[in-house]
Amino acid sequence: MKPRHKRFVFIGLGLLALGVATVLVLNAFQSNLVFFFTPTQVASGEVPQGKSFRIGGMVEDGSLVRENDGLTVRFSVTDTAKSVPVTYKGILPDLFKEGKGAVAQGQLGADGTFIASEVLAKHDENYMPPEAAEALAKAKASGAQQSKSLVVPQGKKESL
Amino acid sequence: MIPEIGHFALILALCVAVVQGSLPIYGAAVGNSALMAIAKPAARAQFLLILIAFCSLGYAFADKDFSVLYVAATSNSQLPLHYRLAAIWGAHEGSLLLWTFILTLWMFAVTLFSKHLPETMRSRILGVMGLVSMGFLLFMLTVSNPFERLIPAAPDGRDLNPLLQDPGMVIHPPMLYMGYVGFSVAFAFAIAALLGGNLDAAWARWSRPWTTVAWCFLTVGIAMGSGWAYYELGWGGWWFWDPVENASFMPWLAGTALVHSLAVTDKRGGFKVWTVLLAIMAFSLSLLGTFLVRSGVLTSVHAFATDPKRGLFILAFLAIVIGGSLALYAWRAPRVGLGGSFAMVSREGMLLANNVLLVAAMGSVLLGTLYPLFLDALDLGKISVGPPYFDSVFAPLMAPAIFLMGIGPFAQWKKAELPELARRLKWAFGVSVVTALVLPLVMGKWTPLLSLGLLLAIWIVTTAVVGLRERLAHADGPSLSGRVAAVPRSYWGMLVAHCGIAVFIVGVTMVKGFESEQDVRMNVGETATIGGYTFRFDGTQDVVGPNYTAARGTFHVSWDGRETTILYPEKRRYPVQNQIMTEAAIDPGLLRDLYVSLGEPLDDGAWSVRLYHKPFVDWIWGGCLIMALGGVLAVSDRRYRLAWRQQEPAVVPSARTVRRKVA
Repeated sequence: MKPRHKRFVFIGLGLLALGVATVLVLNAFQSNLVFFFTPTQVASGEVPQGKSFRIGGMVEDGSLVRENDGLTVRFSVTDTAKSVPVTYKGILPDLFKEGKGAVAQGQLGADGTFIASEVLAKHDENYMPPEAAEALAKAKASGAQQSKSLVVPQGKKESL
Repeated sequence: MIPEIGHFALILALCVAVVQGSLPIYGAAVGNSALMAIAKPAARAQFLLILIAFCSLGYAFADKDFSVLYVAATSNSQLPLHYRLAAIWGAHEGSLLLWTFILTLWMFAVTLFSKHLPETMRSRILGVMGLVSMGFLLFMLTVSNPFERLIPAAPDGRDLNPLLQDPGMVIHPPMLYMGYVGFSVAFAFAIAALLGGNLDAAWARWSRPWTTVAWCFLTVGIAMGSGWAYYELGWGGWWFWDPVENASFMPWLAGTALVHSLAVTDKRGGFKVWTVLLAIMAFSLSLLGTFLVRSGVLTSVHAFATDPKRGLFILAFLAIVIGGSLALYAWRAPRVGLGGSFAMVSREGMLLANNVLLVAAMGSVLLGTLYPLFLDALDLGKISVGPPYFDSVFAPLMAPAIFLMGIGPFAQWKKAELPELARRLKWAFGVSVVTALVLPLVMGKWTPLLSLGLLLAIWIVTTAVVGLRERLAHADGPSLSGRVAAVPRSYWGMLVAHCGIAVFIVGVTMVKGFESEQDVRMNVGETATIGGYTFRFDGTQDVVGPNYTAARGTFHVSWDGRETTILYPEKRRYPVQNQIMTEAAIDPGLLRDLYVSLGEPLDDGAWSVRLYHKPFVDWIWGGCLIMALGGVLAVSDRRYRLAWRQQEPAVVPSARTVRRKVA
């Protein structure tokens, strides 16, 4: 092989590797993107069936119920317009509280209950997960809610 | 008063940086050695000034000076002194100061260890570093000044985020930044070489030790961050593919590629253009990482909108550094010329494959990290890219790279014969395959991933053993110890670093394969068993810390009826930020970690509790430390010291010959 041919082979192999990587990436991307929906969107049936997604909003006051096993919890996530019942089995994050923002990832069950596999709440008193803040802001913008007491805390600078 | 001194020192440092970034580079272009000579004293002066600024901020923290906004925002009078000092880099402004301080520290090191460099080269390197520091100083002085006053002063500070009140967090950022900023030296070497148009092998040899040292720091820094997440977040995970982690991992991948590509440039004069590009890439990713983590853009893209000045400055700075260096690259790189030709099966070929794979992996991490940000910025919806994406992309890209890692050191430069390689490695291969297949069965569980992981780890170690044996057989020296000493340190360094990867892989594979976890409700006196260990919960009691109160649980852990250890996990409450923190208790061990964290209090003194049994998890960080150790060994190689010594007295050649004879 002449040096020039060799270079072509190299470039070809490089492109091949890049191609394989691209295919891998796009494949994995498509199957692992997790979309985010607000409780209003969940209520209006915009969410995918049988696929994992995220919902966010505020944990409704007085909705947190713990079952007898001490681990399974039920609560509602609301954007003040609509609320979605959620169940989760496991230990909740430190900052999970009623009246605070939270994001849950999981699937929608047949009865309309969101079965969470993961619940996120960040480690900061004033911090609201951006998704949760957005859900509240959206509901507010659409005029679907009348509550005057709702305050959406500013996303504070993350200190991590 | 002291904070004003710090502020003033920053302004002076900016002036020095402007001089350092312009005159020496101009002097090098026109051949004016008086202008070039400015570089060294300017760099040292800048180091001194930033040191003053850094100490001033430290003093403000130690002195609890809550009239400084940054101090009031990140510390509290109850916070112990060591955490008050660590709070210097607890948030955005101070970490920029730390970044700049470390940059000047590296500059200072360059002035100390660059006697062997031609003067034009040295002045260009220091000039480029001066330009970088100019950017950071401008940023600090215009939009994020750590010395900004708060008038009237706050009665008390808002406290450091309790998550950061941890010894790991005290050392992690400086280590990480030593790595990030260390790549600025490689970057400056590359830009200087582009400016001068002479990318010879000597250039690569000079910048190799710098790059390797930076890489070592980055490796340790990332490992410490991962370890911190493991014990501090209370979730028992060691890597979450979180954007914050990815931000530090991308420069590491590019830096690893750079370390290998520099080897080719140094030894064979090949890959020059590519090496320069990698140096630019590694540093650009370091910048990107710093800003991603520190600008708040990850919390919300719209944080940019609330503080547009900062965002714009960051984007402009990134555009100038990356765009400028790539433009220079496009303009000058064609002049550099290509290195010698080589066959596909050769050490160059293998290293090229390694580079392509590492860069592809880096690209996939970059995509997964930035794509959600772009979508969000363009208001196209909110998505998240979870760990499954990274796992499924990363493993297939790295597996062939690691397989090649075993073969690469055996291949000759320029051209190697496949049959010969196969003959030399057949034993290593056989042993690896058999062990990887049998070992999981012995341990009682077989999955393809478990076998693959073990295969790769054993393959690295066996090939290293075979390679070392061949080396020792060919080394001269009568005794074994003499022959061991004759093997160059850089070779040892490579072996050790590669074995570090093997240790790391064992850790990851075993944790993934055999870890067990349990979330349980535990009444006082109740027991739970996990991984053969029995945990008995003996209730909690209240304890008071310096700036928190806590419920401390007591767990007696036993194995086969014999007590192993007692663990005391805590649930802390930090009143200043009204924050709850889980403080996990861990019993570390070579073969397994036992991990307990408290969930929530239930009725009658019962708690929800999370228990983990994590086999071999400490090997993950151990592997990283071994990798870094390998880097240190490689840097201590004799050839670098020789290179330094040889050119030192360039003016008096007679003295040099004399010294050589003596040596």
